[in-house]
Amino acid sequence: MLGQTLLTRRIGKKRVIAETGAGQHGVATATAAALFGMECTIFMGEVDTQRQALNVARMRLLGAEVVSVTTGSRTLKDAINEAYREWVTSVETTNYVFGTAAGPHPFPAMVRDFQSVIGREARQQLLDRIGRLPDAVLACVGGGSNAIGIFDAFLDDADVRLIGFEAAGDGIDTLRHAASIEKGRPGILHGARSYLLQDEDGQTVESHSISAGLDYPGVGPEHAYLHDIGRAQYLPASDDEAMEALRLLSRTEGIIPAIESAHALAGALRVGRELGPDAVLLVNLSGRGDKDVQTAGRWFGLFDEGATQE
Amino acid sequence: MSADATAGAATIPDRALIGYLPIGFPDLETSIDAAIALVENGVGVLELGLPYSDPVMDGLAIQKATQAALQAGFRVRDVFAAVEAIRGRVEVPTLVMTYWNPVVQYGVDRFARDLRDAGGAGLITPDITPDAAADWIATSEQQDLARVFLAAPTSSDERLRETVRSSRGFVYAVSTMGITGARQDVDAAARTLVGRLRTAGATGPDTIPACVGIGISTPGQVAEVLGYADGAIVGSALVTALAEHGVSGLARTAAELAQGTDR
Repeated sequence: MLGQTLLTRRIGKKRVIAETGAGQHGVATATAAALFGMECTIFMGEVDTQRQALNVARMRLLGAEVVSVTTGSRTLKDAINEAYREWVTSVETTNYVFGTAAGPHPFPAMVRDFQSVIGREARQQLLDRIGRLPDAVLACVGGGSNAIGIFDAFLDDADVRLIGFEAAGDGIDTLRHAASIEKGRPGILHGARSYLLQDEDGQTVESHSISAGLDYPGVGPEHAYLHDIGRAQYLPASDDEAMEALRLLSRTEGIIPAIESAHALAGALRVGRELGPDAVLLVNLSGRGDKDVQTAGRWFGLFDEGATQE
Repeated sequence: MSADATAGAATIPDRALIGYLPIGFPDLETSIDAAIALVENGVGVLELGLPYSDPVMDGLAIQKATQAALQAGFRVRDVFAAVEAIRGRVEVPTLVMTYWNPVVQYGVDRFARDLRDAGGAGLITPDITPDAAADWIATSEQQDLARVFLAAPTSSDERLRETVRSSRGFVYAVSTMGITGARQDVDAAARTLVGRLRTAGATGPDTIPACVGIGISTPGQVAEVLGYADGAIVGSALVTALAEHGVSGLARTAAELAQGTDR
């Protein structure tokens, strides 16, 4: 995101726009825009502006305009549609800072390259501190930017398993999930061909996840490729599993993870049991959970009766 | 290239008014009647929209109509029934405007065959570029269908040449950087773009015509565009007329717009 903002400055544009699901990418883009003195507009589905109200306030504090998108499913997919419409209208002055490793070329490659710092640093830190590579690298996958960022450094390490966890929502056998690779089939959305949740006619099907950041019916094309060649594995993690993992990490480590990242943690519990106590798992804790406290509070019934939370 | 432009199904009339309406809005039967009303009131080429869940090129008027069509149960197969019904009653080139995924999922060959069998003239495809459309280019050659790619004011000269070379029937010149919807002024950029398309080889009926779309909503704008381009494409203004005043209101709007084609 910082990389894309620097690129914006380099090509002489004064305004950035971005879509956001959970609000993390929107906050990051708004932060960079404030830092570089650029105008900033963030498109966010109306459903997400409600469940991620704290991040909406953050973006506005940082000086960004936040547009609540009321078309279609009113989530990330529709925020991207609206950002495209704005971009094509204002392309002479405006650059689109894409938030995930999906969309048209060169976004998937560009986002991967910028995100890959995390994978390179994690790999080096493991070598420095424990003298070996991990047995598995785990990350959550919506569009898949954090996952491709941490996988990238390990692609050539054939013994390192790469596992992405897609949001299974209510369960992959229900209609309410966001497991594009597990349950989708190849299709075209947002300028890329990849796995896609769609009906028989090729109409995009709405995805569902408790996590706004994973609530996307497509997935970055490089993940589809890694899946097809067998280099990475993609497994589902449900709302229930993710929320239990969120609570576990909060209580045992004092870290409240983002609900998105909690999907990877839920996966780590499963993979850890499978690989045993000597295994080394690298989990990408891609976001923090401050923004999700309201959702978690409702999920676990943590609010006092009568307290006002809206 | 002249063979392309004069291909049977793909020939468009001189000074064409091209009218867009989505299939299935407000329902399949009415959308068929509406398309016929366009032709009876001076529209020379039909552009029938295939409703799609993620219409990124479209503004609110068309988004609302296509979403309503989807909610009313539109299915891709309805396209062929609609084209067949329309072509059974009127004799005009009838193209389908579609985002690419529904065609891919139906099967490019099967879609082309069924469209041709129904009497359709070809496809207008806003979200594929010629370099990504090898299968469609081959199939449309076989089936003698028009394939209309889009050219934008920001397209490079090289991209314009590729678009002209790859299109069949006509080239769709996007008048302004933006999405569909009525505009006060059709951008001067449209005139510049058509000039560049002429240089790139789209010189008119003898090679391949260049038609302008996006933002055109008045007879005056139609006349202005036909002063430098081979056709004028109207969409949102017709969709709005149909939504607000039904088929009879649509017919009045079409007749007014058609006055813009008079010399």
